This record gives sequence, structure tokens and C-alpha cells, in this order.
Amino acid sequence: MLLWGAINWHSFFFLLFSLIACAAAMGVLFSGNVVRMAAHLIVSLAATAGLFFLAGAEFVGVMQIMIYVGGTLVLLIFGVMLTAQATFVSMKTRAGEWVVAAIVGGTLFFLLAQAAFSVDQWRTPRADQADLAAGVSKSSAPLGLGLLGVRVDKLDQTDDRIRGGMSGYLLPFEIVSMHLLVVLIGAAYLARSKKRAAVGQG
Amino acid sequence: MNPLTNPVGVSHFLLVGAVLFVTGVVCMATKRNTLGVLMGIELVLNGANVNFVAFGSSYLREQSLGLDGQFIALFVIVLAAAEAAVALAIALNFYNNHATIDVDKADELKG
Repeated sequence: MLLWGAINWHSFFFLLFSLIACAAAMGVLFSGNVVRMAAHLIVSLAATAGLFFLAGAEFVGVMQIMIYVGGTLVLLIFGVMLTAQATFVSMKTRAGEWVVAAIVGGTLFFLLAQAAFSVDQWRTPRADQADLAAGVSKSSAPLGLGLLGVRVDKLDQTDDRIRGGMSGYLLPFEIVSMHLLVVLIGAAYLARSKKRAAVGQG
Repeated sequence: MNPLTNPVGVSHFLLVGAVLFVTGVVCMATKRNTLGVLMGIELVLNGANVNFVAFGSSYLREQSLGLDGQFIALFVIVLAAAEAAVALAIALNFYNNHATIDVDKADELKG
């Protein structure tokens, strides 16, 4: 019998969100209907945002909900609707392919799980975890300044080797911004209607 | 150990990331619908993101990477959005030209 007060709520919500995320990911894998796959994927991505909140990455969690669940998934669902003919909604996979995929996936998972628990420092949780949440001030300002090239969180880093490698992210930020712009223009160009192009030529 | 009373460490996050990654890889390998393959890619990127955030979290271990994990996770999210847009445009083009969305039918470039 577990005492109510003994429950570590951080672990409880971690268990809850991780079970939802993994179960929904399995749902994506095992449901044959593409519309159901999209619905399961939404649940899985939203539960992962909960995991990000639990790891102290609030801004990333909110971005996960806004960009992934609000943007990318809407795109995917549009794709599902535009191609939703009765023969393509549910396509069966051959049994042989399932066997090969199960072998490959099982081996990969065994490898990754073993690697996850192989390092002692990863396995042992922080001792003062419970006192930590109250002491840390929550702000996304260090993230925003880091994207502008200034790392104010350098002062908190105690490890000299890590501090030497901490750099601003202004150039990657600009590159990813231009990349997103070019990619969206390119995607709109690729997905344009062919009939209008034919009229334009004639 | 009791998962409800013990605190979680980086390893537990890595395990969740591994489950998401492996389901994504198997999804990419088995789905015949192009959009199903795309969803597998999203799962893989998401599993990698869980690992980045876990390594950057100061809640889980004392010598954490700091904010770099969160930066890389943000870049991965943005690049995943860009990738989904292009891949969806390609899938729609394929559907318009071939009247099918089955990846096994895309075999014109076979030698």
C-alpha cells in the first residue's frame, strides 16, 4: 500500500506523460487507417510537450505544441484529406515486412535502451531535485538572448570545458530563418495546381 | 525500485526517446502510405528532441549541458516543420501525377 504523501509527483507525471506518448506512438505504428494515425500522432506529440515541461524546458514545450501540433500536424491532416480516396485510407502491410521491421526495431531498441542505462551519471537522479524547482527563476530571456548571440547562462555553468564550448546561436538562427522562408516558397511552388500552369503556357 | 516514489534521471527520458525513435523507424519501414512515412519521420525527430532536452535539463543531473540542448531542440522543431512542408508538396505532386499515394508504386527510377 502506497502512502499518498510518499508519491513523487514529478515522477508520477513523468510516468503518465511517457506512457501516453509511447502508447500513442504505438497507435501510430499499428493502426492501418491514416486518419487515426494522424490523431494518435497529435496525442503523442502533445504528451512529449508535457515531458519537456517536466524537464524544465517550458519554452521548447510551448513551441512543440504551437509549431508541431498547431502547424505541422495541420499540414499533415491537409495532406490526408487531399489524398483521401477509399483505397488509400487503409493500406495493408505484408506480413514479411512486419517481421523484418520487428527484428530491426527490436534490435535497435535493445541497443538504445542499453546505451541509456550504461552511464552512471545518467542513471542516478539529482539528489536535491525536489528543492530545485522553487529556487530556479523561470524566464525565456536566456533563450532569446542566446538566439541573438549572447549567452547569459554562461555565468551559471560550473564546468570549464562546457563553458568553453558555449557559443551564441545568431548565425544558425539566421540560417534557419532563411531556410524556412525558402522552403515554404518552394513548397508552395511545388504544390501549385498544374492546370493553371498549362493555361499560362497556352 | 518504485517508479512512483523515486526521482527520475536522464536515463528514463532516454528510454522514452528510444521508444519514440524505434516506433518512428519501424513506421517508416512498414507504412505504404507516403503520409504514414512522414509521420514516422516526425516521431523519429521527436524522439531525438526528447534526448536533447533531457541532456540539457538541470533538473535531471548536476553536470547538464545547459541551454544548448534546448537550442538544438528548437532548431530541430523548425527544421521538422520545413521538412514536412516540402515532403507534403512532393507527396501531393506524386499524387497528382500518378493518382496514387503508395510509395511502392514510385518505382520509375528503378534501374
